Amino acid sequence: MSRMRGADAILRSLEAEGVDVMFGIPGGAIMPAYDAMARGTTVRHVLARHEQGAGHMAEGYARASGRVGVAIATSGPGATNLVTPIADAWMDSTPLVCITGQVRSFLIGTDAFQECDITGVTMPIVKHSWLVQEAKDIPHVLKEAFHVATTGRCGPVLVDVPRDVQEAELDFHYPDRVDLPGWRPPAKVHPLQIREAARMLAHAEKPVLYVGGGTLNGDACGELRELAEVGRLPVITTLMGKSAFPETHELHFGWPGMHGPKWSNLAMNTCDVLVAVGARFDDRVTGKLSAFAPGATVIHLDIDAAEISKLREADVPVVGPLKQALAELAREVAKHRHEGAPAPDAWLHKIAEWREEFPLRYGARRDFMKPQWVIQQLQSLTAGDDVIVTTGVGQHQMWAMQYVVSERPRSFITSGGLGTMGYGIPAAIGAKAARPEATVVCVDGDGCFQMTAQELVTAVLEDLPIVVVLINNGYLGMVQQWQDMFFDGRRSHVHLTHQVPDYARLAEAYGALGITVDSDEELAPALEEALASGRTAVVDCRVDQSEQCFPMIPAGAAALEMVEYEEPEEERARQ
Amino acid sequence: MKHTLSVMVEDKPGALARISTMFARRGFNIDSLAVGPTERPGVSCISLRVDCEQHSLEQIEKQIHKLVNVLRVTELAPGDAVERELLLLKVSATPDRRAELIATATAFGGRVVDLGPDAVVFEVTGTPEELDSFHELCRPHGIQELIRTGRIGMSRSSTKLSAKRLSAIN
Repeated sequence: MSRMRGADAILRSLEAEGVDVMFGIPGGAIMPAYDAMARGTTVRHVLARHEQGAGHMAEGYARASGRVGVAIATSGPGATNLVTPIADAWMDSTPLVCITGQVRSFLIGTDAFQECDITGVTMPIVKHSWLVQEAKDIPHVLKEAFHVATTGRCGPVLVDVPRDVQEAELDFHYPDRVDLPGWRPPAKVHPLQIREAARMLAHAEKPVLYVGGGTLNGDACGELRELAEVGRLPVITTLMGKSAFPETHELHFGWPGMHGPKWSNLAMNTCDVLVAVGARFDDRVTGKLSAFAPGATVIHLDIDAAEISKLREADVPVVGPLKQALAELAREVAKHRHEGAPAPDAWLHKIAEWREEFPLRYGARRDFMKPQWVIQQLQSLTAGDDVIVTTGVGQHQMWAMQYVVSERPRSFITSGGLGTMGYGIPAAIGAKAARPEATVVCVDGDGCFQMTAQELVTAVLEDLPIVVVLINNGYLGMVQQWQDMFFDGRRSHVHLTHQVPDYARLAEAYGALGITVDSDEELAPALEEALASGRTAVVDCRVDQSEQCFPMIPAGAAALEMVEYEEPEEERARQ
Repeated sequence: MKHTLSVMVEDKPGALARISTMFARRGFNIDSLAVGPTERPGVSCISLRVDCEQHSLEQIEKQIHKLVNVLRVTELAPGDAVERELLLLKVSATPDRRAELIATATAFGGRVVDLGPDAVVFEVTGTPEELDSFHELCRPHGIQELIRTGRIGMSRSSTKLSAKRLSAIN
């Protein structure tokens, strides 16, 4: 036990938790903590240029590593700038510890300079939060914060520390256990439920494993693969579940929902037993809920009991850690197979047929490169490499889902639930900090890029090189697509232009490599140069302005009422 | 359908706010709410009255249960629990009407807590339904002010062990 200030206790606590990097920006109310950093810590601090960037970096770090992301900011605007990443982490169940400075205790409630009730503001979007009242509470509060962020369903927590508490002294002792009598996440699964699920699954004629992000959070990808292989069960991964199962595997059958391929949605919606694995029946997956998978018996595996029967009634609920649930389910299913329950080979064959019959399609190149083709080129240049892909939100994100082939867990990082534009660049930086040996590529849109582009500075100066492949169509593409499809083509405030800003020159201004690609021939050399440079690079790919993302399930429509790509008449005439 | 939930929480800052925020965020309505200490130091009981379907009730319970400061959530089934509420009611009462009003209150086990020249303040404790009846009987006299605490409840001693724990999904 040693005597120290609260600010030092924050750092000693982070060190005790094994934190190796945190992302943040200093400011008035957090200055004692930053002063403590200056006096020495083993925790690397990455200086972001905006707290939102710091928060998304911490998220990217967490998603790439499976460890907790740590973001640190000052009170007031520093804290409110973290609200978007906190909400994002909440929706996508990303473990995040946010530490914010607060005005001195005696000023709380007086509307002091840079005061904001951040625990109040974030209450609906955190698992828990603490306003630390006394310096002596810092060690156990941080212990609890890390514990809550990572146990049960992962998610964000917030620790708000008034400046005077950071300055006050305490006898530091880091506890080795937490005292949280009300926090009891499920620790094991019920064997009867597993047996019931296995019996149903092993005898299904048309089973589907519907795999969500919980599989990655639950570190259960190996167990998932075991289950799929012993049962010969088709796997469909959601946007958040992408990379939980190797997409080169013969049992992987795409992604469900609004922009999922037709074969995946056909399989999901006509199956007889649907096993939701750490997935939550999001509206972007189900389309019209009442019409979703109408003939399916639902087995729902989740660590969070509140997800069971929230939207779709579960016939067999299995609450508990997915790693254990999937391992036991695999073992039970294997027994049934051994005893003669036949594998659903006809069904696998049927889905494969659908895949042949309804492939992803897009039109021939005309004046501009096709965005899908750009991502395919990126994919073919990086196939087999240790690559992590992050994305922003919009059309480019959906194309990345469709055309990036993810092989390793945690290699596809995106904002699924909140749909946060601007997530891609900072998340890539965080991923690079977590996995410096990996090549980190951000497939971004031009709209998203402009929301967090300032973090390119962070990538350059902190030596966390990322390659941004900019799918630049000059539009807020997804909004444009909706306006074209559902608002009679009235384009309202969606035009950004291809040229302004000049993204390559902007990249250069930030100290990064910038390359503009206008033609097919330039693309591969530009991508190769960027990937080989070892520098932060922006490859501005000027793509077709009017390309739409298909297939698409219109919002509120049933999944099988999807709109597919149709060849324009002149194309058909030409053939 | 109305349900009464009894939520045991650690007496920590923001515990009530977290519960009420959760209700607001998920679109559930609270009919009444009462908070107070319990037999255990550091533990408060929040009694909630909600109007919802069974499916929503299960969601509410599971969402409350996930809150870090919540120790236990119990639904008080109507037959297996005693429920009480306190009412204060200021009713117009000219001297010639006082006796009648006081007799009514006495019939409900209530008592006079303040007496003015043209109004009486009654205190009545009872089941929420009894308070409703008393309220109705006073209404013709002219109610000046009324306030109720919201119901509190606990399972009957005979059914204590069978009090329904909703959280046990698995």
